[in-house]
Amino acid sequence: MAVDHARVNPELEFLTQLDVAPGRKTVLNCMQCGMCSGSCPLANAMEYPPRQMILHARSGYLDDVLKSPSLWMCIGCYTCSYRCPRAVELADGLWPAMRDKAMQNGVQPPTEVRDAFQNVFKYGNALGQSPRKRMGWAEQLDVPVRDLSKERAPVEVLWLVCDYPAYHPRNRVVTRAFARILTALGIRWGVLGNKERAIGDCEQIFGEEGLFESLVEYNRELFGKHQFEKIVLLDPHSYRSMERFYPRFGAKYPVEHYTTFLAHRMDQVKALLTRPVEATVTYHDNCCVGRRCECYDPPRALLEAIPGVKLVEMAHNRGDALCCGGMWLDAHIAAHGGDRLSDRRIREAADTQAGVLAVSCPFELSRFEDSAKVVGLEGRIKVRDIVELLAESMDLGEKETP
Amino acid sequence: MSSQDILVVAETNRGQLADTSLEMLGAARQIAAGTGGKVIAVLLGADGSAYAEGLSAADRILLINDPLLAGFSPRPYVAVLESLLKTESPRAVLIGSTSIGLDVGPLLGGKLDVPVINGCQSVSVGGGVLTVTASFFGGKLLADVAITAAPVILLVAPGAFRPTEQKGAAQVETKGSPVPLDAGPAVFEEMILPDTTDVDITQQDVLVAVGRGIQQQDNVEVAEALAASLGGALAASRPIVDQGWLPMTRQVGKSGMTVKPKCLIALGISGAPEHVEGMKDSGLIIAVNTDPNAPIFDVAHYGVVADLLEVAPALTDAIKAG
Amino acid sequence: MKIAVVVRQVPDLIEPVEIADSGKAVDLEGAAFRANEADDLALEQAILIKEKFGPSAVTVVALDFGDIDNTLYAAAAKGADRIIKIPYDQAQPPAPKQAAAMYAEVIRSLGADLVLVGTYAHDELESTLAPLVALKLDLPFVGVVRGVRPSADGSIATVFKEFPGAAVAKMNVKLPALLGILSADEPPRYVPVSRIRSAMKTAKIEEQEVGAAALTSVATIQRLHHPAVGQRAEILQGSVDQVAAKIVSILREKGVLK
Repeated sequence: MAVDHARVNPELEFLTQLDVAPGRKTVLNCMQCGMCSGSCPLANAMEYPPRQMILHARSGYLDDVLKSPSLWMCIGCYTCSYRCPRAVELADGLWPAMRDKAMQNGVQPPTEVRDAFQNVFKYGNALGQSPRKRMGWAEQLDVPVRDLSKERAPVEVLWLVCDYPAYHPRNRVVTRAFARILTALGIRWGVLGNKERAIGDCEQIFGEEGLFESLVEYNRELFGKHQFEKIVLLDPHSYRSMERFYPRFGAKYPVEHYTTFLAHRMDQVKALLTRPVEATVTYHDNCCVGRRCECYDPPRALLEAIPGVKLVEMAHNRGDALCCGGMWLDAHIAAHGGDRLSDRRIREAADTQAGVLAVSCPFELSRFEDSAKVVGLEGRIKVRDIVELLAESMDLGEKETP
Repeated sequence: MSSQDILVVAETNRGQLADTSLEMLGAARQIAAGTGGKVIAVLLGADGSAYAEGLSAADRILLINDPLLAGFSPRPYVAVLESLLKTESPRAVLIGSTSIGLDVGPLLGGKLDVPVINGCQSVSVGGGVLTVTASFFGGKLLADVAITAAPVILLVAPGAFRPTEQKGAAQVETKGSPVPLDAGPAVFEEMILPDTTDVDITQQDVLVAVGRGIQQQDNVEVAEALAASLGGALAASRPIVDQGWLPMTRQVGKSGMTVKPKCLIALGISGAPEHVEGMKDSGLIIAVNTDPNAPIFDVAHYGVVADLLEVAPALTDAIKAG
Repeated sequence: MKIAVVVRQVPDLIEPVEIADSGKAVDLEGAAFRANEADDLALEQAILIKEKFGPSAVTVVALDFGDIDNTLYAAAAKGADRIIKIPYDQAQPPAPKQAAAMYAEVIRSLGADLVLVGTYAHDELESTLAPLVALKLDLPFVGVVRGVRPSADGSIATVFKEFPGAAVAKMNVKLPALLGILSADEPPRYVPVSRIRSAMKTAKIEEQEVGAAALTSVATIQRLHHPAVGQRAEILQGSVDQVAAKIVSILREKGVLK
């Protein structure tokens, strides 16, 4: 006998209609084992940790859950989904859907999230910078930049620069180095100049379905105008979105995170790694390329290819890596007694005795550098993107202006 | 046919003549020198006698006293000024860009069908034409406007002019209202003053002021640490107070406090006119902003084009180490 | 309670302000537009009153200028009951005096108890809109208002007029009245894009023509120019630590630090 869930609990209709990835299940499959709450790095600060959230949502208390600040404490680290023994679609499906429903009902997201949405809607980037300044990173760059928005031409690699690498001061040096590396590898690459807009991963995670869809539409039309063999990104969030979510809208592209892209060309990369970089390095697996896409080896292979680098592992690595704390929720989480996860993680990095914490996600550079200052580890451990370390070994870093 | 006189609408603020009134007298003297007219200062209130002395840069000081002018209600204020403008027929009327001025100026201009120019920074006189330079677009644009009609109402930007040492004839005339007054449909009830248990930022030697560049409430503690290291206090521009990150008692600017500390460090403040007017006379102004074109650098003595989240902690450390 | 709100589009200051070749007007050709912040707050105040006061209707009135359709649909998504657009096809927005006549013509027909208009817009050079609309409608006016509380019977509104030094004047205003809004009780609410999109399908922008307003400006712009680049500030160069050290020595020199 099939249970008519809509009659038992009308809210269940919403919960069970969710679009889940192949192989994933809806909340009806949850057996309340508590693995998610036990794994969630912020559960201790939540009014409704994940297990409780599911319990209340499917028992007719969805409204309470939607109004709770806990709904906005999930940073999308994906540990719950990764470990759920019943394959319930959690961080990728249930949370965004509940957030969407909450906002439809008039619940206001945290201020930072709100500002980010408005900035993306108006300016195409979460930082609220002028779209006309998107190519500022390439000013006086010492390699030629093919701006496909100005002159269309077929390319091997369409490099989607993304918001943080384009605008954030700390990230620009990484972006420029990557441009040099692509050129040194003899790759025919191009960028979309000021026409680029956010891919929308964070917008989707935070439940702005409408905004995400509008970004997919925009990007699908934009990419459709160009010829390329592959899309490469520095940003793991955008990579994950294009890999996992864009296809659901019929926007499927061959896309790679830069670590995979470069690892596939290991021989050519190795040939350029001429200078030794004497450092003990520990690598932080970011949640998107790591746990979400289960891609752990290419970044390590790149680091080990650099002469002089000694790679050590943190206590939590690969699928168990600790999230850096995510985006836009710091103030909200702090207001509700949550820890700054990046503080925890930088201490763990220092415990390995490494002198360098290597990352491959643009959000993490300034986060971890900030945490190093806060916990008093500045000077003791440096934070570098893998691109920076590669560039150092390739002698492709920024040159001092005479 | 108008006279060549310049009429200044003065205001008081908690028992003292407002700074803008003294600045406007300085402006009026300068303009009157060009037009050949007199400077007339007008003060509306219950009893303006205590303020006559302070208005002595004017040639005529008109104190219009009436109980209905004690607190600001638009109808009696506009009725008195409308009548005065008709009798005195000045060349120009200077009104401060204040809470009262921003109501009264446009209402007067609308009723008398005379031009009103916002954000006036400077005025020159020549050949019967007043040329006013006005600031708008958030301080990013200046307009030179030629006015032949009289009178013209000029809403004067605070800090654009300097008070003058010059004395006028300072002839005081104390009168009641020239027209019968009624309170009107919008009536002043009471002035709610800020909570005095918080720090009085107007009495501090050192202030660290934060603006939108601070981005999140979390980051305010970075500015707090800097203020503490200097033995000073935290202040803020309006957007920060509107968000509720700091109380109104810390607000600097047009609708907040005017401060003149020995040293003011402006973090993430763009320098919009409404804020600058509240701090421009500070002894030493050091501004930190990521935008090299931010108007704050026109007011500051020293500037750093960088992220305050990097500079402030480094500065705090350097001060503590020093 | 019937509430009318005026929303304007202003050039977005995130981009540099360009001056037209004539030197006498702003070049709006490539400008990006945004809703005037103070009008956004006026709308938010109106919706808040509607939510707390009981049966109310909020009507938004705008000129067809800039990116207005988006702003109007967003207003509908936030809870505005009617969204009205006045056709306007000039390259430059009207000055406050001309605009006031146009808005007043529409608002007059609404029989509003309360009209809320942002207390300033950064492109206003000659006077400000809010008091001029009040004069055209023969309504009492108070500007620079940061809070509005209608009485239970809707006959008066208590308003809080902002004064310097964190002081606030409490005033009672007989309704109907027009208020110039500086700030609302809450920041403008966020509405998800999907709600705006569904408003685009369900809400209808009404168009209401008005008589052409006479353009009688007696103040001629002779020249627009940018403020002098000569900055007063001495810009300190170097790494963050070098700059910090320089500032410390300046502070010592000026007697701020011992």
